[in-house]
Amino acid sequence: MSDIASRVKAIIVEKLGVDESEVTPEASFTNDLGADSLDTVELIMEFEKEFNVAIPDDQAETIGTVGQAVAYLEKNVKA
Amino acid sequence: MEFKRVVVTGLGALTPIGNTVSEYWNSLINGVSGAAFIKSFDVEKFKTKFACEVKGFDAEGFLGRKEARKLDPFVQYALFSTEEAVKDAGLDFEKLDTSRIGVIWGSGIGGLKTFLDEVVNFAKGDGTPKFNPFFIPKMIADIAPGHISIKYGLRGPNFTTVSACASSNNSLIDAFNYLRLGKANMFITGGSEAIINEAGIGGFNAMHALSTRNDDPATASRPFDLDRDGFVAGEGAGTIILEELGHALKRGAKIYAEMVGGGMSADAYHMTAPHPEGLGASLVMKAALEDAGLTPADIDYVNVHGTSTPIGDPQEVKAITDAFGDRIYDINISSTKSMTGHLLGAAGAVEAIASILAIQNDIIPPTINHFTDDPAFDPKINFTFNKAQKRVVNVAQSNGFGFGGHNASVIFKKYQQ
Repeated sequence: MSDIASRVKAIIVEKLGVDESEVTPEASFTNDLGADSLDTVELIMEFEKEFNVAIPDDQAETIGTVGQAVAYLEKNVKA
Repeated sequence: MEFKRVVVTGLGALTPIGNTVSEYWNSLINGVSGAAFIKSFDVEKFKTKFACEVKGFDAEGFLGRKEARKLDPFVQYALFSTEEAVKDAGLDFEKLDTSRIGVIWGSGIGGLKTFLDEVVNFAKGDGTPKFNPFFIPKMIADIAPGHISIKYGLRGPNFTTVSACASSNNSLIDAFNYLRLGKANMFITGGSEAIINEAGIGGFNAMHALSTRNDDPATASRPFDLDRDGFVAGEGAGTIILEELGHALKRGAKIYAEMVGGGMSADAYHMTAPHPEGLGASLVMKAALEDAGLTPADIDYVNVHGTSTPIGDPQEVKAITDAFGDRIYDINISSTKSMTGHLLGAAGAVEAIASILAIQNDIIPPTINHFTDDPAFDPKINFTFNKAQKRVVNVAQSNGFGFGGHNASVIFKKYQQ
């Protein structure tokens, strides 16, 4: 697992109170991990803080699964 | 139209002197102080370094980590004391008409800690508004009854009353009135407050409202003592289940007492100072008596607002003198804030519980920390200083007065068929 993926996973476990094993790349924040609309906004904000990036709203709306979050961040975070 | 009768069928308490009703009551009758140096933040630069904090409350253990994070302490406390009350009342909501069960809750401020944290976080940034999406729904004062209704599926009337330190007396009165009018079968009512943080202590310190007896926190809350120097901040929650009598009897509920009256008034005098002659306080006590169809001769115990401030305590004694006449010499008066500190928006709830249990047990909890008589007070008045007293308590009245000049007073009576 990449460094970004493991940090994303840690944030999701912390914020959504889910077990690490549930945080698979296919897992949807709302359908599989019990997030509501406010949780989802908070997750995006946590990613922004952790990786020091700004995720515009129209981009944030395309991030619905763990895998999509990791892919977005791997593309947009400066190493 | 004839009013319906309203009874108390369940209690829950999370206080600085006990995390259950029985712990709370034992501490009350044994004169235990809940004051100690503040543990939840660094008090080094604060004028007041102590308060009556809730002790040993494990929010994550109670709610789970995910849920606890989304709730301000004032809501965590509300859910905790309500769980005890629901259990105590033997409620099985699957068997009850939940569209006729409401929640009316009191909180003076709401989520002050959440507000503080989020604004500090914003101030540390570059001006970009990165507020947490839970900021507003965690903070707003009405979210406590919202969460209680969600947890138990209660679809009756649901809101918060905000009248500073009279808030939960107002919630009790509102619930009482809707039940009397037949608008619901049952209310979960009471109040909660959690302001022991930098903003709460700093804010009340700026008003010179708090005791600064840092060399002896346990005796700092000393209502009616000559050397009282301000109130001691408290926190916690109290839940009271009020139920229409017929509904309670039908389900075989345990009945603690009957709620028989509520009065409301305003000082119309000053933002924070009470009326010097206790005009609003006198009016509210008379209004509650009239509402209950009682006279001063019926009252055995007054659980006073009695916050231990230099100007607050005398005006309340003037008010009782005015409202009760010579009966003042025959009643017991006590300020349980001498033990719990001042729970602000939750004070009315935990003091109503003290009054209800005084009726049930025929014991008056004391006003502790009395050292020196204040010559301003008639020595023939029984303030129940330092030790609990036994007496038959048929009727107890509990007062709450709030910044803004809000006054609300409630009356409970031994239940008789």
